[in-house]
Amino acid sequence: MNNVFVYCELEGNKVADVSLELLTKGRKLANELGVKLEALCVGYKLDGVESQILPYGADKVHIFDAEGLFPYTSLPHTSAVVNLFKEEQPQICLLGATVIGRDLGPRVSSALHSGLTADCTQLEIGSFDMKVKEGDQMVDKHYENQLYQIRPAFGGSIIATIVNPEHRPQMATVRDGVMKKEIVDANYKGEVVKHDVAKYVPTTDYVVKVIDRHVEAAKNNLKGAPIVVAGGYGVGSKEGFDKLFELAKELHAEVGASRAAVDAGWVDHDRQIGQTGVTVRPKLYIACGISGQIQHIAGMQDSSMIISINSDPDAPINQIADYVINGTVEEVIPKMIKYYKKNSK
Amino acid sequence: MGYKIIVLAKQVPDTRNVGPDAMTPEGTVNRAALPAVFNPEDLNALEQALRIKDANPGSTITMLTMGLPKATEVLREGLYRGADAGVLLTDRALGGADTLATSYTLAQGIKKIGDYDIIVCGRQAIDGDTAQVGPQVAEKLGLTQITYTEEVLSVAGKKITAKRHIDGGVETVEGPLPIVITVNGSAAPCRTRNAKLVMKYKNAKPAPEIAALTDEAEKAYYATRPYLAIQQWGAADIDADPAQIGKAGSPTNVKAVKNIVFTAKESKTFTASDNDIDNLMAELIQSNTIG
Repeated sequence: MNNVFVYCELEGNKVADVSLELLTKGRKLANELGVKLEALCVGYKLDGVESQILPYGADKVHIFDAEGLFPYTSLPHTSAVVNLFKEEQPQICLLGATVIGRDLGPRVSSALHSGLTADCTQLEIGSFDMKVKEGDQMVDKHYENQLYQIRPAFGGSIIATIVNPEHRPQMATVRDGVMKKEIVDANYKGEVVKHDVAKYVPTTDYVVKVIDRHVEAAKNNLKGAPIVVAGGYGVGSKEGFDKLFELAKELHAEVGASRAAVDAGWVDHDRQIGQTGVTVRPKLYIACGISGQIQHIAGMQDSSMIISINSDPDAPINQIADYVINGTVEEVIPKMIKYYKKNSK
Repeated sequence: MGYKIIVLAKQVPDTRNVGPDAMTPEGTVNRAALPAVFNPEDLNALEQALRIKDANPGSTITMLTMGLPKATEVLREGLYRGADAGVLLTDRALGGADTLATSYTLAQGIKKIGDYDIIVCGRQAIDGDTAQVGPQVAEKLGLTQITYTEEVLSVAGKKITAKRHIDGGVETVEGPLPIVITVNGSAAPCRTRNAKLVMKYKNAKPAPEIAALTDEAEKAYYATRPYLAIQQWGAADIDADPAQIGKAGSPTNVKAVKNIVFTAKESKTFTASDNDIDNLMAELIQSNTIG
């Protein structure tokens, strides 16, 4: 009871990376709270799925395995999670901020009347003080061991810490790549519980039919690229991005973008770096015409080296850059390409 | 066969232009300090609703919004594009709501509207980016949902078929009516205002404002044009449980809000001159950072 739960997302019987990252985070939170870490798998043909999960330190793996539970649809997965949670009373539930996590999480939180925070970039344990109404009076109340759900908010101009002191579970979604996955012990021992799906999921839940489904491997390798050339609003146009692609090709880098550039339609959505995009940790990050809103910084601040090319010497991103080039992207990038072509080994 | 469609729309502060006074000391959004716009993905949602209406004569669209009286603007924008009616949920008691309290309130509003087949809204609003309200409204109403919708392909009988985004791909799903649909920003953009409808609805106002008019000529104008009265409901009108609305109905609390000050790194600054760029590149190649 009152353990930390991670909903493990599945493609077939493969557990998504984001879920393994959350298991790692969940393990740390569980250690701090002195409770157990439990994982939850809902899908079809899941024999042996626990072998992917236990090494990350799960003490118990709950499995719901039945035809109709893959591909994911909203109602059956909601029922499995909600009805299990009614029995288990978790204190924390973590989900990937993926299409599935963002479809499922809100339904579960609504059904259990618990708080949910989307796209967290940090999760910590701490205390909280709040005035609460007792009878006719407002009294101070102190809460220990709360989950701090930390996220950039409001277009990325601020960082907010959210708590849900009076409701359980405390729910949070986290994007792929934000937390780091780490095997605790390849032989970690945990209990595996196979649940009778019919007890948790009424047959009336199977109402949405998936008629057709195409899943492709990601078109870019932004998450794993050692060098990222990223463009922002200062790139100015779609044509401006062509130059970034040219530099990236020379450097064997991937091209990323800020939300502003994606919103402007200059580059595909799947290249967006930041809180609502991909999180990257390259050895070199070249920020081209990116002002550096927190929402963007959240997705690239762990880069080993940062170069900022910006015509505004006061751009916030320059604060965290190792090298600052005061100039326009238009002017600087061709010079970089030219020098590199001439001098690379 | 005509369908009863409800479009949930939100007036949002334009977070693309955020100033330092954007948050109140209590950590909630200071909406008064920012320009207010029609939440972009709600416009994509409206377009899908209009297409269903176009394809199914006899369908009607009701716009529903919760917000300050000023949010009437998004209802009018809906009417200008082909919606049939608007409902404004406004009440001081609704303020400070998180997504769960908001969803409860919208669900109560939808129940009062009563008759519906399809509820459509944007995937998420730009002031929170949570994507929670659509699914939570669905859960409160006991309906299923299709989220991340790119296109509604067809509505026939009691079934809807839609193409939606999933991670790394797309899928086509079929669901039963009534249902909640949330629409992606990459879906078809919303059509522009229709000039005739702008003429027709530009003076549309919340009913209480019309009732409060004192000028005889104005009263007569509205008396002959009942379609200009926008329904306005408060917490009591939608039979809302006070424990589930506004701040009281919100499980989440903002513990702290801070502006981020970056710890400045020691950085080397270059100009855009050929010489400077060459030196920087040489340094990067030398250190095996590139090359």
